[in-house]
Amino acid sequence: MADALVKSGFIGAEGHEAPKTFVLWRPSAKTGLMSWLTTVDHKRIGFLYGISALFFFLVGGLEALFIRLQLIVPNNHFLTAQQYNEMFTMHATTMIFLSVMPLSAAFFNFIMPLQIGARDVAFPRLNAFSFWVFLAGAIILNLGWFTSDGAPNGGWFGYTPLTTRLFSPGHAIDMWVMGLQLLGLASIAASLNFIVTIINLRAPGMTMMRLPVFTWMTLVTAFLLVLAFPAITIALVELMMDRLFGTNFFEVSNGGMPILWQHLFWIFGHPEVYILILPAMGIISEVLPTFSRKPLFGYPIVVFSGACIGFLGFGVWSHHMFTSGLGTVGTAAFSLMTMAIAVPTGVKIFNWIGTLWGGHLSMRTPMMFALGFLWMFMLGGFSGIMHAAAPADMQQHGSYFVVAHFHYVLIGGSLFALLAGIHYWFPLMFGRKVSEFWGKLSFWFVFVGFNATFFPMHFLGLEGMPRRTFTYDGNMGWNLGNLISTVGAFILAIGVGIYLATCLYAFYKGERTLKDAWDARTLEWSIPSPPPEYNFRVLPTVHARDDWWYEKHHMKEIAEEEAEHAKSEEAHGGIHMPYQSIYPFLAAVGILIGAIGTAIVDPADPAVYTGFWGPKIAVTILGGTIMFVAIVLWSLEGCEGYHIHLNADGSIKGEDPHGGYGAGKH
Amino acid sequence: MSSNAAAGTIDHHFDPTTTTGIPNKKLLMWAFLASDCMFFGCLISTHLIYRLHPPPGTPQARQVFSIELTSFSTFILLMSSLMMALAVNAIQKGNLKNMRWSLLTTIFFGCIFLGCQVYEFRNFVYESHLTITNSILGTTFFTLTGTHGLHVLIGVIWLSGMLLYSFTGRLTEKQAIDVESMGLYWHFVDIVWIVIFTAVYLLEYI
Repeated sequence: MADALVKSGFIGAEGHEAPKTFVLWRPSAKTGLMSWLTTVDHKRIGFLYGISALFFFLVGGLEALFIRLQLIVPNNHFLTAQQYNEMFTMHATTMIFLSVMPLSAAFFNFIMPLQIGARDVAFPRLNAFSFWVFLAGAIILNLGWFTSDGAPNGGWFGYTPLTTRLFSPGHAIDMWVMGLQLLGLASIAASLNFIVTIINLRAPGMTMMRLPVFTWMTLVTAFLLVLAFPAITIALVELMMDRLFGTNFFEVSNGGMPILWQHLFWIFGHPEVYILILPAMGIISEVLPTFSRKPLFGYPIVVFSGACIGFLGFGVWSHHMFTSGLGTVGTAAFSLMTMAIAVPTGVKIFNWIGTLWGGHLSMRTPMMFALGFLWMFMLGGFSGIMHAAAPADMQQHGSYFVVAHFHYVLIGGSLFALLAGIHYWFPLMFGRKVSEFWGKLSFWFVFVGFNATFFPMHFLGLEGMPRRTFTYDGNMGWNLGNLISTVGAFILAIGVGIYLATCLYAFYKGERTLKDAWDARTLEWSIPSPPPEYNFRVLPTVHARDDWWYEKHHMKEIAEEEAEHAKSEEAHGGIHMPYQSIYPFLAAVGILIGAIGTAIVDPADPAVYTGFWGPKIAVTILGGTIMFVAIVLWSLEGCEGYHIHLNADGSIKGEDPHGGYGAGKH
Repeated sequence: MSSNAAAGTIDHHFDPTTTTGIPNKKLLMWAFLASDCMFFGCLISTHLIYRLHPPPGTPQARQVFSIELTSFSTFILLMSSLMMALAVNAIQKGNLKNMRWSLLTTIFFGCIFLGCQVYEFRNFVYESHLTITNSILGTTFFTLTGTHGLHVLIGVIWLSGMLLYSFTGRLTEKQAIDVESMGLYWHFVDIVWIVIFTAVYLLEYI
């Protein structure tokens, strides 16, 4: 009795008496729109992030094609200068915040809990909230396309004083600010969740040094997010206050210094690029061992390097500002730190090569993307190291050389790894295989197209072509480079098209696979494909790194252990599942309305309204109220869940077997 | 009074269902506070940077500040943290009545702090002619202390909600973790104020 009370000291743990809560409605739909709006299942939330990310990848890609079309020939009139500014701003903002980050989030959500042997994340409703707020942010960022203000056009880095009200009247920048604030809220909430999950919800025996590298990178990225985003949050608050209330943060005439924006932005901006690349490195560290049939070489040093990169990433931000007049000491210091950060990165590359060395290589599509990553990311790193030398950067800064560098690390690095991850985990998530032929074809189109687009930019940059200019004259010597680049962009687009079509086809008609399609090494492969709602029949006991590999080679021992644990889990009341809830969605709706009020609605026209109350205040307060009510009801409904019991075949007792989120229903 | 069988057998410092023994909600709050630290750090940095470059003819901090009033409000906030700690201690012993009185005092002191802030701000605007828009000092000062005040206000709302909830019969010793999380937030708000008081006020008198 005392034992049960000790365990029930924390809500929702093992309590046998249900604590009293105030519940208006317990959503229970397992299919249909409501099941998606009220889901708290990490797998469904990961899926939502994934399809949103892929949708915005197409949007960002279209914006890129428009840029390339404008630059295909000199003195082109495809886009006006204003439209061009909107294109490069939105292309970058969309790709970074609405595509790569949510695609990483899709994997954090779907895969990480499975890799640590958990049934869900620590705070399932907060997880859903993060997704809906992300979607709200995505909506606000893109609303400008449909209003007379136009889309945000101050660059993805929004330098002041260009983005102050004096030089950017209208609401485009306001939408950019509020969109990013919402995305920051979503990212921070999700990261807090992942930190608690990885630290506290690991299966028994899963020590930190047995965690799969992807989970380690999730943890480091989460720490980076919660510590880096506040810097841009404050920068955006200060900008918004200048724009809305006439404060002086960046107002030179009253003592403000626009350079402050650059510092605050890049204190966020540099860790941000590590946020973009570390999850990708985690994926590579999963794919290479599986397709080399060998464990990861140098696991402890790979993990430690990842943590080092995260830590050192906070110390290099001013290498984005070498031409802003930092002074000798500052420039030298940041230059040295930037060179230093290449060391842990190089260490990882060597360990990946060590993983491949002597392995039995299986050249499947995920492996092709992973090998492409190794080489292309290295090229991006080489141009990065060239930037680190501040004297050289004097010429390179603001030129196409930088554009080449970051596209090599972001596409050749992050995107290739994410594309590898989609192919790799597709059988797990949907229970279907993706066509090898079409997958590999898409890889080659992407690889060739990507290199054709961005390799010439190294030369264009060294020959002086500046960034962010909507056209160029025909006698600068840049014509051929731009032409090749645009042609390459369309080849890349075809590659992306084939890739997505292949995945879409596989989703509906791919060859079915039941479990462990690649004979892989980590715990997410130990459950059926697609995974049941409760993930694990019995929570695993972890014996080693690459625990699924261990399990496959110690099957009798594991079977006995599992039978034991199944009995004790039944004794505790069965499998504990979280309730669905509408409040995360409702709170996000409130936040969206409030943000629209802040960013878009015009303040009261003094000729029409007297006093304080006007449409702007009203809409903002309405949104805030909805958010507040949703949060109160959220907290009152409590965090208890319900228990389920399983039949022999793994189906849930008393449940309709046709629930699920994919075409791969079982 | 909560059930005697429960009192004493709940371990409020160790949750055996988590890997580390730290309750999930506590870990969440600590991680959130780390983030909030960076948040305030950036605002305080902005103030400290601009403090070194005052444009000529703008209000001087030493002439505007009233260190006596601010010291008093700082002390009040510190005492509110003491009350908060007592509230957490009470609910961990299942003593709902003491918890309610301690929470009420915390709220009361928090409101006194906010009242002092409002009074101080009004003085600065109307007597000393320091506004959020007319100088860089005004901008950084009011934004920083205003953001902190907003955090206090959110805390007061949360505390009041918890106090009301304690009358529904649904707040027992088992939910002590919720009060403890709220306590961590309140202590954080207090510690940030100590840093702001030092970096913004005391620094002007050295």
